[in-house]
Amino acid sequence: MTEIAGNEIVPQRVPHHWWKIVGTWLVLVAISEPLIVLVLGPHLPPGRMSAEAGAQTDANVVLTALLVPIMLLVWVVFVYSFVVWRSRDAAVVDGPPIKGHAGTQLLWIVITGAIVIALAAWGSYTLVASSHGAGGGQGPNPADQPKGASHALAIQVIGQQWEWTFRYPSYGGFESRDLAIPDHTLVAFHVTSLDVTHSFWAYGLGVKADAVAGVDNVAYVNARKTGFFQIRCAELCGLWHGHMAKKGRVLSFAGFQAWAKAAKTKNAAIQKYLSPYNPWYFPAPLRRAG
Amino acid sequence: MSATPIAVRRPLWRRLIGFNMLTGLALGCGGWFLGGWIGGWMAVHHNYLQSATSCNGCGGTDQNDVGIYMGYLFAVIGWLVGLGFLNYPIARLRGRPPSMKHHETTSWTRYFKLCTDHKVVGIQYLFGVGIFFFIGGLNAMLMRTELLRPVEQPWPAGQYLTLVSLHGTMMIMMTSAFILGPFGNYFVPIMIGARRMAFPRIESLTFWLVPAAGLILMSAIAFGGLPFGWTGYAPLADQARAGADAYVMAFILISISLTLVGLNLMATILTMRAPGMTWRRLPIFVWGVLSTSVLQVLAAPVLLATMTMVLMDRATNTSFFLASAGGSQYLYENLFWFFGHPEVYILALPGFGIVLEILPVFARKPLWGYPLAVAGMVGVTLLSFMVWQHHLFVSGLNAGLRPFYMLTTELISIPTGFIFLNAMGTLWRARIRFTVPMLFALAFFFNFLIGGLSGVFVSDVPSDVTTHGSYFVMAHFHYTIMGGLVFAFFAAVYYWLPKMLGVTLNETLGKIHFWLMFVFFNLTFFPLFAAGFLDMPRRVSTYAPGLQTLNDFVSASAFVLGFSMLIFIANLVWSLVFVREPAAENPWASRGLEWQLPTPIPVDNFERIPVITNGPYEYGVAGAAPVAQLTPGALPAAGS
Repeated sequence: MTEIAGNEIVPQRVPHHWWKIVGTWLVLVAISEPLIVLVLGPHLPPGRMSAEAGAQTDANVVLTALLVPIMLLVWVVFVYSFVVWRSRDAAVVDGPPIKGHAGTQLLWIVITGAIVIALAAWGSYTLVASSHGAGGGQGPNPADQPKGASHALAIQVIGQQWEWTFRYPSYGGFESRDLAIPDHTLVAFHVTSLDVTHSFWAYGLGVKADAVAGVDNVAYVNARKTGFFQIRCAELCGLWHGHMAKKGRVLSFAGFQAWAKAAKTKNAAIQKYLSPYNPWYFPAPLRRAG
Repeated sequence: MSATPIAVRRPLWRRLIGFNMLTGLALGCGGWFLGGWIGGWMAVHHNYLQSATSCNGCGGTDQNDVGIYMGYLFAVIGWLVGLGFLNYPIARLRGRPPSMKHHETTSWTRYFKLCTDHKVVGIQYLFGVGIFFFIGGLNAMLMRTELLRPVEQPWPAGQYLTLVSLHGTMMIMMTSAFILGPFGNYFVPIMIGARRMAFPRIESLTFWLVPAAGLILMSAIAFGGLPFGWTGYAPLADQARAGADAYVMAFILISISLTLVGLNLMATILTMRAPGMTWRRLPIFVWGVLSTSVLQVLAAPVLLATMTMVLMDRATNTSFFLASAGGSQYLYENLFWFFGHPEVYILALPGFGIVLEILPVFARKPLWGYPLAVAGMVGVTLLSFMVWQHHLFVSGLNAGLRPFYMLTTELISIPTGFIFLNAMGTLWRARIRFTVPMLFALAFFFNFLIGGLSGVFVSDVPSDVTTHGSYFVMAHFHYTIMGGLVFAFFAAVYYWLPKMLGVTLNETLGKIHFWLMFVFFNLTFFPLFAAGFLDMPRRVSTYAPGLQTLNDFVSASAFVLGFSMLIFIANLVWSLVFVREPAAENPWASRGLEWQLPTPIPVDNFERIPVITNGPYEYGVAGAAPVAQLTPGALPAAGS
């Protein structure tokens, strides 16, 4: 894989190509990086309403800031080649027979390998150690538990065609069509489904967990700010998949207590029709319903 | 027969009768009714097949799935019999001598029946895949029409979902997965110096299964639609009416076809290379085909098994995937993606092969780092079987394994990166000619880079929690499949069509096609990354009203993108039917073996099996030997 001199009689001195490419690239990186970090970064989703959302936002900012220079480098090489090495001859003329360069190839493998390993290590660290599952569904036996997980406020999220309902086992297991959670409190969403697979997506909170019939899928979140967040379904679940949207709320702890009390009273009438609280439920799904 | 029959040109109506597509359609329709009748009889006499009375917890259905499946099965059998696939085995059973030449006529009718000439099969694939690509694209246009407004207009939600599923299934399974069809079947034997494929009748079978699958899939429109996307996740697809049976049957046929395509190409490349065609001289496109074949042979049977299990769940009341009766939808998701992720690379690898094959021709330089390109393809092949659970990061399955799947997924970017280094090295100090195929090949790298780098977001679990199931993912895989594979496909079409069809395509129209497609592809799909970041889920017919401007912009761009395809069709019809300017034998001055043959390529490709004397990319090498000795007179004629 070493360079073959071929029919080039006078070896052309070419280092200036590299310097031009690297120089252009550095200028572009110097322009784009502040724009990414300072201008685009604050707008990248899902925001900082919870610790988990913050971890995702950090991931999105870091990945954008890291990957855009790589993209720019490849583009600069391509565009430079187009401009400088475009054939202007009418006849077909062959270029120099360079078949490879061991050093360049080795360097490329080492650099891309290092970037990839670093990305995977950093991603695993944020997932496991710093954000404890990053708000993603972890199944019935969460692998990455945050501190105090056993005392987390459990809220059951039930997906069905085509509505989300929420049960609060710590408050007598009442069921509500509205979701509210307290801030600065570790919340464990127990996501399950009554029929097909849905995916509970609390966008601003940075929570996404598939709702699967017969499965208790746990996702942790620790809200930092009060306010509203968007809830959607992120897994195709039939005709009105797009309509499984509503707003959830993060309240102060006192506000949440008051809300829970009011919601419990409001939904008391339907309580006797509900099955007892369970990690999951097994109604017979409709078949051939479409 | 001793006396040669006098060639009498038979009238048209007489030539339409025989073993061909028309007979296949007629027997297929007959088979549909026969099978439906048998299936109805079975269901009536075997109560357990059809749960009118509900078993414990699995609910009742009022639909005879057995009859539907038997109808499809007999329709396929009728289709294949009508095309003449039983003629050979029956002749052998009766002790008749085998005949292969029989099918290799020169009449235009050979394109409409079983033909064992790999070049005819290649053309059949080109037009077959092209038709499905057109239908799938039309579905996309209709989808973008719906998304002009944030409410269900003009199509109702069910119709919209059917469009989504048809678009996805058709584009992935009938178009992209068969990108090897036109070019693999046509050029692999020629590029390796063989006269045919290893299994010519199987080769023809793989093609004729695809239109059968396509027709069956489209029949779903009449039988309740496909309200579950191309993935057909278990409990949702089980809810669907007979349309889901069509989906299952189509996937079964496609998986059989994919497996056979892979086996056939693998056997051909491994055993039928001409003397002197060492692994170091193998064209890089053939390496791409070989690695794709390996993936197909290992992955497609998993799909066959999965879909057979779905069939049994639906027709015979098993419960592999139904949680309500003791099954698990995770099993379906695992099995589907264990096939589905290698499938993604079945779509990518032929693209790598095509663009790296084209790049040296128009850079007028050897392929830079040939061993690295091969290593990249082999690396992708190996790694692609270890990443499938990255589709299930938030599913609640194996959360402890997420770092592992994050690592393996990101590792794939190393061998993929090799392909980019090959391209940059090949362009280095080159003499680049911007022909239409070169433009498409270069656009592949532009788009695939965005597609690949956006893949790093979805492979990173914290970022994937945001983007999973959103338009970000959708934009990501459209950048890799449409921006990557489809651009490579058009590069291959413009590059090889002069050899395949013997006519030159109009270059001006080609360039208009390219620039419209390239610009509006990016204008269509780049904003969709933003739509995903702004919490727009996939496969919705209704969305947040605030996103309407963005979606209208995307729809408008998509319509222009669709229009660019019409320019291509116009170019094809114009050049093929009206101008018919005969193509030069080697218009690109390529060193490839396929370009050293006359146009049109004779039925047996080579008069004698050639002796390969040099690699195909020795551009600029002083005194380089030609790629092959086409008439090795001193050697004995090798029968293939």
